[in-house]
Amino acid sequence: MSNEPLMKFENAASMGLSKEEWLDISKHIGRLPNLCELGIFSAMWSEHCSYKSSKKWLRTLPTEGKCVIQGPGENAGIIDIGDGLAVIFKIESHNHPSFIEPYQGAATGVGGIIRDVFTMGARPIALLNALRFGQIDYEKTPHLVSGVTSGIGSYGNCIGIPTVGGEVEFDSSYNGNILVNAMAVGIAHSDRIFYSAASGNGNPVIYVGAKTGRDGIHGATMASTEFNVEAESKRPTVQVGDPFTGKLLMEACLELMAANAVIAIQDMGAAGLTSSSVEMAAKGGLGMEINLDLVPVREANMSAYEIMLSESQERMLMVIEPSQAEIARQIFSKWDLDFMPIGLVTETNRLVLRKDGKIACDIPLEPLVKNAPEYDRPHLTPKIQTKTNIKDIIKDISILDALRILIGSEDLCSRRWVFEQYDSHVMADTIIGPGGDSALIRVHGTQKAIALTTDCTPRYVEIDPYIGGKQAVVEAYRNIIAVGAKPLAVTNNLNFGNPEKPEIMTQLVQSITGMKDACNQLSTPVVSGNVSLYNETDGKAIKPCPVIGMVGIIDDWRNAGTIALPANTDLVILGQDGNVNSGWLSNSIYAKKIAKKFGGAPPPVDLNTELKCGKFILDCYSNKLIEAAHDISDGGLLVALTEMMIAGKNGAEIKLPININSHSWCFGENQSSYIVATNEFNEIARRSKNSQIPYIYLGRAIAAQELKISNGDIISLNELEEIYNSGLTKYL
Amino acid sequence: MQVTIIIQKKTGVLDPEAQAIQQALYSLGFDDLQDVTVGKQITVEINTNDQERAKYRASKMCETLLANTVIESYKIETKEPS
Amino acid sequence: MRIAVIVFPGSNCDRDMLVAVEKITGRRPALIWHKQSNLDPIDLAILPGGFSFGDYLRCGALAARSPIMSALHDHAARGGSILGVCNGFQILIESSLLPGFLLRNKELKFICKQTTLALNAESNCKLLASLDSKKTLKIPVAHNEGSFFADTETLSKIENNGQVVLRYTSDTSAYSGNPNGSLNDIAGVCSSNGKILGMMPHPERAMGAGHESSDGEKLLRSVFEAIIK
Repeated sequence: MSNEPLMKFENAASMGLSKEEWLDISKHIGRLPNLCELGIFSAMWSEHCSYKSSKKWLRTLPTEGKCVIQGPGENAGIIDIGDGLAVIFKIESHNHPSFIEPYQGAATGVGGIIRDVFTMGARPIALLNALRFGQIDYEKTPHLVSGVTSGIGSYGNCIGIPTVGGEVEFDSSYNGNILVNAMAVGIAHSDRIFYSAASGNGNPVIYVGAKTGRDGIHGATMASTEFNVEAESKRPTVQVGDPFTGKLLMEACLELMAANAVIAIQDMGAAGLTSSSVEMAAKGGLGMEINLDLVPVREANMSAYEIMLSESQERMLMVIEPSQAEIARQIFSKWDLDFMPIGLVTETNRLVLRKDGKIACDIPLEPLVKNAPEYDRPHLTPKIQTKTNIKDIIKDISILDALRILIGSEDLCSRRWVFEQYDSHVMADTIIGPGGDSALIRVHGTQKAIALTTDCTPRYVEIDPYIGGKQAVVEAYRNIIAVGAKPLAVTNNLNFGNPEKPEIMTQLVQSITGMKDACNQLSTPVVSGNVSLYNETDGKAIKPCPVIGMVGIIDDWRNAGTIALPANTDLVILGQDGNVNSGWLSNSIYAKKIAKKFGGAPPPVDLNTELKCGKFILDCYSNKLIEAAHDISDGGLLVALTEMMIAGKNGAEIKLPININSHSWCFGENQSSYIVATNEFNEIARRSKNSQIPYIYLGRAIAAQELKISNGDIISLNELEEIYNSGLTKYL
Repeated sequence: MQVTIIIQKKTGVLDPEAQAIQQALYSLGFDDLQDVTVGKQITVEINTNDQERAKYRASKMCETLLANTVIESYKIETKEPS
Repeated sequence: MRIAVIVFPGSNCDRDMLVAVEKITGRRPALIWHKQSNLDPIDLAILPGGFSFGDYLRCGALAARSPIMSALHDHAARGGSILGVCNGFQILIESSLLPGFLLRNKELKFICKQTTLALNAESNCKLLASLDSKKTLKIPVAHNEGSFFADTETLSKIENNGQVVLRYTSDTSAYSGNPNGSLNDIAGVCSSNGKILGMMPHPERAMGAGHESSDGEKLLRSVFEAIIK
């Protein structure tokens, strides 16, 4: 053993480890650890890598299904889409780094998730981003929005993967802790998928990609502790993204995989060389020996600790077929990338690191992964929430004035300012880009297309995390259905506060339970995901945000629908009837923006109805009964219709119901419903009756550029469009 | 010898970045601001002790790659070896 | 028809261009790696979009000094045809094969959107000779540095020579259609012999079949027709 000084509990505590964890580590090693060893344990046992607070609950999620090839536990989840093809996808957060340095934080978040996908052998074909910023008029917000947007764009645009969708929301609870969740989706041949488990005693371990610097050291630990104002001074630790090198690395890896040279491969993401080497060796049930003097470095005199914990970007670790080493070297030389054998696979079940000719680390691998702590943190029985009285919400303004306020608000206005900065067409397979219900991307060279969306409504989750968890799933489900695609599977990004507080743990447990019930009922298993806890600033937690990323499939992209309203069609609301549930205003955007009433029970989610309606819509699609469709969500029916009119550049003439308050009907956020434009109203009505799907005839889509309501109100499409499009630009 | 190359947009070339910075500085109260120019500084180490030669080589670098003389001008500064 | 698509390490529209060429001509073009220093005789070289070398230093600057470029200069000197799209246009300008310069967009932001283009009726561009200049084209842009600039003298020279080929325009009077601040709304220019065309909009993303427009296909078809003649 080297002469490195051994650590004390204080050192462990400064890395976020508890007393018990510290004692456990010493027990596993059989002595006190040195700095490098302690760093490795603290990273692997961090919340980010070990899921120690959430594991117990994540296990309850459905992860299997007919289409699942690989569930959680690898770099990304994999589903089968037939014809020998697989979709590989995952969502991941980069919240803290993006708050500290929005441009680089967001860019490296995108880079990281792209690597997770191509590491498994997929060519990435689409990116989405679920973003939450502080209040729109908070002083830091414009800077953060601009920085994150251009950071996402800088990476995706340069590497040449279209950014096709996602969410942008504003809420004061994110003032000091924004959420940047990036999702990447790739396509692979289902018989050519690459995993991270190392094999073959004596096989070479190769480092490829960019050089290692001191950036982002111990980022995984940072992502696992609460945020405070001081952390803003941690600037130098921020990683810098290099999309150009990322592109070279992607092409080189895909070329190498095609050459049958790769045995195992793992991205050096969170916790860098530590997590990649530990996971590769541990998954293979083997050991690994690495000579740190061989690791390509960017700075002089880097210690073993720094090399192991650096989060420099665009790096990969792999085990290759020894006979293919020369071919591998040539491929990397073609792409001008570092290619360095730095160690060997061993049979010792230990991670042994050498530095300057001495042993810098010698620890057993099993405890790092299998004996990582797992907590059953205390949580509470959720309170029953009551609905805000409708009389306290409805204000005495006209429907159109309410509509003006809503579609011009930062909650509902056009996100064009953001998404026009993303290249959404590169690869030339984008059928539906940003702004629709789901993005729709053609599987290159086929008629198939995959539908992609992300969703979550944190204001629902905050009040009722169980319903909120379910609602995130069903809204994503409706988004996929609305374009005519069949929902297949889910990736989730659970953004919460400090799980050591029982009220936060309650949110986590309840929303996972909601997700579980919804995913079970809708047959959309969770195949990958990420947990981001400790999203707090000075002790105050964010609104809980369990984001769902969903993937669906349509066999022929030519049968897909859009939200663009064609003229001279009938408008039908499906899944909604004339009863009170058709006007759920409690906890709606209307309540928030017009009555300034926050909270109150969110709309109930009936999974059975959701499933029935979804199947019905797909059935209508396959019988060519639908010309356009849009699900009803934030802002309600009239907002959804306005979006359809603006997208289709056509007007509409609609009839208000008589037995229900027109405001709650126009702006209620009840679930399970869609607006459908059709040329076959009678047929849809007939089928609805047979399937017991409630429906309401809403009116007609017209070529005239206006919205006419049966109460005599009228507004031009031009005005609506202008209000809708200027919602963000007036702040940014 | 260390040579510092400063590359700037030629006068008359639209520079929206400089304009944006100027606007921001004005709005922060720097009303005595006259003009803003944004440029690039590139430092190269050239293997010679001859100052003239170093400058000559650096200007070659500018002409062949570092500056686009359609829109950019460059300045070369050498540091006396200490 | 011998068409070659030149591939730089950061090219990312090379495949899209290949697919477009193959769709129209029925033949797969050759892909030529930038490190190659010679070029078999070809009728048309296409420089696709992307971020050839990460757009470091200046967009297209490093690519313009790649080994393949001297072969491309020879091709141009023999009167050969070249089409540069987006980053390809930037490379042609950096190689002095086309006049002017492409500055950062006026709004200092990357911009990805549909644009409407008018073909300059006075243009001497041989490659678009078969296009009807009375019809506008809908072809999207996606770039950060696409604001065309030239000094007054160069600008009037290329205007007088018919080297301005495409301009941004608009169907409505409320919007000029110029997304990036280009001088004279210029979206594409050609060489004095009319055989080298550079344009910011991406025709390979307007190929019908799922794309918003098929005008890019029309434009490319015209280029391929021109080189057969």
